[in-house]
Amino acid sequence: MKRASWILFLLLFSRCAYTQSAEGLLQQVRQKLELVNDYEAKGKLRTNLLFIKAPIVSVQIFYKKPNKFKIINENGFSFIPKSMANLNLNKFFSSVGDYELLDGGIEVGTNLRVIKLLPIDENSEWVLSVLFINEKNKLVYKIRNTTRESGTYELQLTYGNFIEFGLPDKIAFSFNTKAYKLPKGMTLDYDIGNDKVKNSGVPKKGNVEILFSTYKINKGIADAVFEN
Amino acid sequence: MLQLLRVELFKIFCRPRTYIAFAVITVIIILIQVALKYGGREYVNLLMSSSLGETFEVPISQILNGYYICFLIFNLLLIHVPILVALVAGDMIAGEANMGTLRLLASKPIGRTQLLMVKFIATCVYTFLLLIWVVILALFVSVIMFGTDSLVVARELEFNIIAANDVLWRFAAAFCFAAVGLICVAALAFMFSTFADNSIGPIVATVCVIIVLTILTQLQIPFYDDTIKPFLFTTHMLGWKGFFYVEGQNGETIKGSIDNISAIWKSVAVLFGYIGLFLFISIKHFKKKNILS
Repeated sequence: MKRASWILFLLLFSRCAYTQSAEGLLQQVRQKLELVNDYEAKGKLRTNLLFIKAPIVSVQIFYKKPNKFKIINENGFSFIPKSMANLNLNKFFSSVGDYELLDGGIEVGTNLRVIKLLPIDENSEWVLSVLFINEKNKLVYKIRNTTRESGTYELQLTYGNFIEFGLPDKIAFSFNTKAYKLPKGMTLDYDIGNDKVKNSGVPKKGNVEILFSTYKINKGIADAVFEN
Repeated sequence: MLQLLRVELFKIFCRPRTYIAFAVITVIIILIQVALKYGGREYVNLLMSSSLGETFEVPISQILNGYYICFLIFNLLLIHVPILVALVAGDMIAGEANMGTLRLLASKPIGRTQLLMVKFIATCVYTFLLLIWVVILALFVSVIMFGTDSLVVARELEFNIIAANDVLWRFAAAFCFAAVGLICVAALAFMFSTFADNSIGPIVATVCVIIVLTILTQLQIPFYDDTIKPFLFTTHMLGWKGFFYVEGQNGETIKGSIDNISAIWKSVAVLFGYIGLFLFISIKHFKKKNILS
């Protein structure tokens, strides 16, 4: 009986320590991101959707603490997914609110630490966020968010030149889309004969990539930039 | 022949009826431009937000640029301009017969085929000038009023976004294609004109044919889609839009590309076929016509 109590105590203690470690890791990740008060980045945005053909466009991305974020088309434009407004990790953490933390262990293959965030607020737009963190450099490499309105979307971050600030060189954003169709009477389409083929493959996943070329970090950004 | 063409053009541009088309086009285009200047956001919102608004940020102010307005005007007008072309083309032979000058004209030392061809060329010149007027108002004025940016083309199953520096040549190509389409309508009205002795008949007949065929073109009934539609000239007149349908690779538009260029060439061939057919019937009939007026 005494031995069983000791085993139970050890199990509970080790579980507690492991959770503490996940919280600590997340804290370290956030501390790294806190180094950035604001930034202005330039990059190229590429949309990959079956029902949108768009050129690669140049974009400017602005961020200011705690949660101001804006993407501006520099030349040309593309349709930017609404849920992409949360592609900035600082903004993500500031808007996620209070949450319960679950440790998902280590992902096989990538060795990334999986941490799940469950919002405490029942009415939160967020249902679940899963973060995939590299324990060595304390950086988030992947986020999978499930929301009430926008479904599930995933961010994949690739780091390079701005790794010390926790800012990615590339963000790949994948999301679910609904099939798109406009009435032919509205578009008065010219029939070129291959639309029926396209219709058979109803689009399910969309993908948007931003390749960052430059960052201006902590140089100060006026609030007016974020106004419409 | 050139002298005769000058005379025919002089006759066309002396008639007040000729300027009705220019006036109507001016009024329509200005009305559309003013409406879109002040209510364009709602219009684009209605078109885009119903399909994309849930998932995407729709940059309405950027979409609503001069190229988009021009495309929209082309879309609306190129269904109605044929009716205006018929006003003049239907009058070319029947009008002379009505005024009693056809016999005099036919008695000149010039072959009937040549006479007919000169009148047809004059009709083509008028059609071309009308189209240039549309382009001046729809493209250049819109660009001045709304500026330029990428062009969004909403299709039944996809959106094509074309970079601003890849748009102008498409408008030029679409303009040339539209000219062929309108000349086809002119040839039809011209053919009817050789059969009639007053111009109302050919004009009304042409308008009726265009209305019926346009309805057939727009009807989404599989029976007509597979049997009649591919052979209607009104189906192929929409080919100008083909220049705004771009090819894509992994979602990215390929600059300078056209999605299925062979379909456009096929449409051009069909339209030229119809022009040839209408002219052939006109000449065949006119050469044997007993001109009494």
